[in-house]
Amino acid sequence: MSLMSLTAVELGKLIQKKEVTAVEATEEALAAITAREEAVHSYVTVDAERAMQRAHKVQEQITAGELTSPLAGVPVAIKDNMCTKGLKTTCSSKILYNFIPTYTAEAVLRLEHAGAVILGKTNMDEFAMGSTTETSAYGVTRNPWNTEHVPGGSSGGSCAAVAAEECSYALGSDTGGSIRQPSSFCGVTGIKPTYGTVSRYGLIAYGSSLDQIGPIAKDVTDCATVLEAISAHDPKDSTSVKREDTDFTQALVDDVKGMRIGIPNDYFGEGLDADVRERILTAAKELEKKGAIVEHFDLGLVKYAIPAYYVIACAEASSNLARFDGVKYGYRTEDYDGLHQMYKKSRSEGFGAEVKRRIMLGSFVLSSGYYDAYYLKALRVKALIKQAFDDAFAKYDVILGPAAPTTAPKLGASLSDPIQMYLGDIYTISVNLAGLPGISLPCGLDSHGLPVGLQLIGDCFQEKKIIRAAYAFEQTRDYARSSIAQEQNGGAS
Amino acid sequence: MSREYETVIGLEVHVELATKTKIFCGCSTAFGGAPNTHTCPVCTGMPGSLPVLNRQVVEYAMAVGLATNCTINQNCKFDRKNYFYPDNPQNYQISQLYEPICRNGGVEIETADGSKKTIGIHEIHMEEDAGKLVHDDWDDVSIVDFNRSGVPLIEIVSEPDMRSAEEVIAYLEKLRLIIQYLGASDCKLNEGSMRADVNLSVWEVGATEFGTRTEMKNLNSFRAIARAIEGEKNRQIDLIESGEKVIQETRRWDDARESSHAMRSKEDAQDYRYFPEPDLVPIHISDEWLEEVRSRQPELRTEKLERYESEYKIPRYDAEIITSSKHMADLFEQTVELCGKPKKVSNWLMGETMRLLKEHEMEPEDIVFSPEHLAALVDLADAGTINSSVAKEVFEKMFTDDTDPKQYVEEHGLKTVNDEGALRETIEQVIRDNPQSVDDYHNGKEKAIGFLVGQTMKAMKGKANPGMVNKILKELL
Amino acid sequence: MANIISDETIEYVGILAKLELSDEEKEAAKKDMGDMLDYIDQLNELDTSQVEPMSHVFPVDNVFREDVVTNGDGSEDTLANAPLCRDGGFEVPKTIV
Repeated sequence: MSLMSLTAVELGKLIQKKEVTAVEATEEALAAITAREEAVHSYVTVDAERAMQRAHKVQEQITAGELTSPLAGVPVAIKDNMCTKGLKTTCSSKILYNFIPTYTAEAVLRLEHAGAVILGKTNMDEFAMGSTTETSAYGVTRNPWNTEHVPGGSSGGSCAAVAAEECSYALGSDTGGSIRQPSSFCGVTGIKPTYGTVSRYGLIAYGSSLDQIGPIAKDVTDCATVLEAISAHDPKDSTSVKREDTDFTQALVDDVKGMRIGIPNDYFGEGLDADVRERILTAAKELEKKGAIVEHFDLGLVKYAIPAYYVIACAEASSNLARFDGVKYGYRTEDYDGLHQMYKKSRSEGFGAEVKRRIMLGSFVLSSGYYDAYYLKALRVKALIKQAFDDAFAKYDVILGPAAPTTAPKLGASLSDPIQMYLGDIYTISVNLAGLPGISLPCGLDSHGLPVGLQLIGDCFQEKKIIRAAYAFEQTRDYARSSIAQEQNGGAS
Repeated sequence: MSREYETVIGLEVHVELATKTKIFCGCSTAFGGAPNTHTCPVCTGMPGSLPVLNRQVVEYAMAVGLATNCTINQNCKFDRKNYFYPDNPQNYQISQLYEPICRNGGVEIETADGSKKTIGIHEIHMEEDAGKLVHDDWDDVSIVDFNRSGVPLIEIVSEPDMRSAEEVIAYLEKLRLIIQYLGASDCKLNEGSMRADVNLSVWEVGATEFGTRTEMKNLNSFRAIARAIEGEKNRQIDLIESGEKVIQETRRWDDARESSHAMRSKEDAQDYRYFPEPDLVPIHISDEWLEEVRSRQPELRTEKLERYESEYKIPRYDAEIITSSKHMADLFEQTVELCGKPKKVSNWLMGETMRLLKEHEMEPEDIVFSPEHLAALVDLADAGTINSSVAKEVFEKMFTDDTDPKQYVEEHGLKTVNDEGALRETIEQVIRDNPQSVDDYHNGKEKAIGFLVGQTMKAMKGKANPGMVNKILKELL
Repeated sequence: MANIISDETIEYVGILAKLELSDEEKEAAKKDMGDMLDYIDQLNELDTSQVEPMSHVFPVDNVFREDVVTNGDGSEDTLANAPLCRDGGFEVPKTIV
C-alpha cells in the first residue's frame, strides 16, 4: 500500500506511532512525482535534495519527541505564489523566472513549525489570474482524472498534485474560486477561509481585498487539520483578524440535525450542466436524510458578482503587479533605451496575455474619469452582495450549491472566449467579495467520469458550520481516486 | 501699457517625521548608513510583503494638525497613488487623498509691514517617502538606495494665500518653528527633512480668477525659494505679455543656473489612479485619543514668549531669540531650573552662545552642552570663583565638547586668586617692573592703571580677581 | 451600449501600466476591453444610490505597530535578486533629471 494514498492525517498518525518515518514518506512522494509528472505536470519546481534534507531533520525531531503535530513529517506541495525562502517562487510567470525569496510566507512557516516537509512549488495560472492553469508560463497541468482536461485554476497544480497523489496535501490560494473550483474539477476537497483568517504575508498579491490561502487535501478532516495549523493572527498583516475559534477540527462531527441549509434558486439557471445539477441536488438530499432542513430560496444579485469582482480584482492587481518592473528582482529585458522602455519591454515580455489584459482593464477602471463609474460602483455592488448574504444567513446556517457550473473542460477550450471563462466563476466569486468561508468537496462524477464538486458557504467566521456539514456529507460516500493515482499505483489501495 | 501683476502662491511642504522607524515597517530611519542597509521586504516592495502602520506617525500628524489649528479627521484612511519611478519600490506610494488626517487649518505670519496674516492650510496628510537616486553621469545610469523609502512624511498643503517670497519664507519659518517645537521633525531644508514645492500663478491686480499655476520642485534653501519665485513670476509674465498661455506643468529649479525647466515627459501621465489601500485598515481617532494628544501638546513658542517675559522677566527681544529654537528654549528653561538665574543664563545664550554658533556656522539645534554644565558655569562666574575672561575660556571648551566646567577649572587651576597677600606680592612686582606706567598714572593718565591691571593679570595667568587688583593697585600707587 | 475603445485609449492605458503592445495585440486589446466593459456595464442595472462603497468587508480599524526598530542590516537580502546592481544599490538607466 502506498503511503501517498493515505490522507495526511492518517500518514501523520503512522509517523507519530513510529511505524513510518518522514524520510520514507518523502521518498515515496518524490517517487510518485517522478512517475507522474510527465503525465500531470503539477509542479513548477521540485527540490528533492532540500526535501530529503528536511525530512531527515524533521525525523530527528520527531524521534526526540519534539514534533507532535498531526502534520509532522507529512510532505506538502505549496502553490507557487507563496514565498519560500531559498526556493524559487515564480507565480508561474516568466517575470519571476529566477526569483528566490529571502523569506517564507507566514502560512508556510506555520506548517514548517509543525514539521511539514515541502516537496516543491505547484503550477498555477500566471499570478493566479485564470480558471484552468493554462495561462502558466511553464506549461499546462493536466487533470489526473482525464489528462485531456484541465485541472481548473488558478490552484490547478496543487489540486492535481493531491488528486494524483504526488503529495499528501497542498496549499492553494483563492481570490475568486481558485481553491474551490479546481478542487471540484479534480475530485479533492479545498477550503477558502473567512478573509483575514490566514495571514497573507508572503502571499504574492493578486486581489488584496479578496485573496486567502487555504488547504487542499483528500478529505474534510485533512483540510480542517491543515487550516487549524495555518490560521493565526499575524501582526505583519494588517488585515489579519484575531480569532479565538480556529480549533476547526472540533467541527469534525457527523451531525447536521436541525441545520438549516439554503439552496439559491439563482444557482440553478441556464448554464448549469445537467449532470452537475443532479449530483448537487442528490447531495442535498443526503444531508436532508441526516436531519438537515433544506430549503430553496432566492439569493439575488448572483450575476452581478462577476463584473463587480473583475473590476475590483483587476484594479487591485494592476497596482499590485506594478512592482514587477525589472529593477529589483525578476526579469529585465535585454535591449532597452532608457528607463521607460526598460519598464515597458520587461513587463510586456515578462507577463502573459491574460495578465496584461487584466492589468490594462484594472488601470482603465481606476483612471481619471472612470473611477466613480467603475471602481466605486463595483464597491457599492460589493456592499449589496454582502447584504444579500447577510440576509440569507439570517435564515440559514449554510448555503449549498455547485462549486462550478460544469465539470473540467478540455484543454484549449476555454481561452478563446474570456468572458465565457469568467462566467465559470459564478458560484465562487461572490464568496470572496463578501469575505465568507467556502468549502468544495467531491459529490460524484458526471457521465464522462469527471468529478463534480459540492460547495458549502458559511457566514463570516462560521468555518465550523460548513466543516460539520461537509464532514457529515462526506461520510455518505467513499473517497474516489483519480485515474492517474489508480493507474500508477496498481489499482486498489 | 504695462499691467501690474501679483503672484499667487501655495505651498506643498513635505516634512520627514522624527520617528525611530519607518511608517510601515520596523526599519531604522537613522540618517546615513551604507546604501540599502536600512531595508526589509516591506520598504523595498518585495513580492508578498505587507505594510503595518506606525502609531507614532499618526500621533505626530495629529500634533502638527492641532498646532496648526486644523480639524482632525477622526475617520481617515490611506490610498494608493500609482506611478512608476525607480525610487518607488512598489511603483505606488501609500498616501492619503480621500480622507486625509487633518483639514482646514491656518498659521499666522507677520508680513513685511508688521501686520498679521493667516495662511490657510487646506489639508495635512501622512505618506511614505521614496528612496534615493544617485546619478552616475559617466555611465548614464542611476543607482537606487531604499534607505529612505518608507520614512514617514506629512505633507502640508496650504491654500494659495501667499503673495510674495517674503510671505512664503515667513510661512515656512513659522511651520518649522511649530514642528520643531513639537519634536515632530528637525525640519532642515538643506538635509531634506523639510521640502517645499511652490505652486505659483500670476494674476493682474484686481483679477478675480486665478491664472494657470505651475509647480516648482528642487528648492533646497530659502534663497533658492526666493529666487525661484522671482524667476517663475517673470517667466509667466513674459509668456502672458507675449500672448502665450502658461502651461500647467511641473518644473525643476536649478539654483546654480537660476532657471527652471519642465520636468515631466509624455511618459508621465500624472494620472495617479488613487484608490483605497486594501492592505491597511482605516484609522478611527476616538475623542479620548484626540484629547490625550491635545493634552500632551507642549507649550508652543507664543506661549513661551509670554511666560519668559512675565515669569523670568526677560526682555521681549531676548525671549524671541531664545525661543526661536526649541532646543535653545529647553536649554534655557532647564538651566534656569538648576541655577535660578534667568537673566544671567539669558546673557550667556544671547552673547557667547550666539557668537560661537555664528562663527562655526551652526544651528541652535547643534548645541552640545548640557543644562547642568551651563548652570555650573553660571554659578562659578556668579560666585566669583572664576573671573569673566576665564569664564569665557571655559565656555568655549564647553561649547566644543560639553566639557564639565567645574572639572576643567580644577584641572587647570583656573580659580580666581582672591588671596590679598599673593596678589599684593605680584602687584608690587608689576609696579617695580613698570616704572613708566606708574609715573604716567601719577601724572594723571588714568589709562595707565589699565595697563598695570593687564600686566598683573598676565602675571597671574588671568586668574586674578580684577576688582581686587584694581583696588590694591590704587592703594599701592 | 457598446464600448468602443480607441487607439488613444489603449496607448494611454499602456503608458499608465507600462505595457507595450504590438499592433495585433492592440487590436485584440481594444476588442477585449470593449467586450469586458460592455459586460461590466451590467452593474448599471443596479440602483446603488443608497449604498456606500465598501472597501473592507469587516469593520476593523486601528491596526498599528509601535515605533521600535526591529530590523537590522537588510542589504544582502534586498539585493539578492537584483538584475543589475552597483555600489550597493540597484542600477537603472539614468532617470530624467
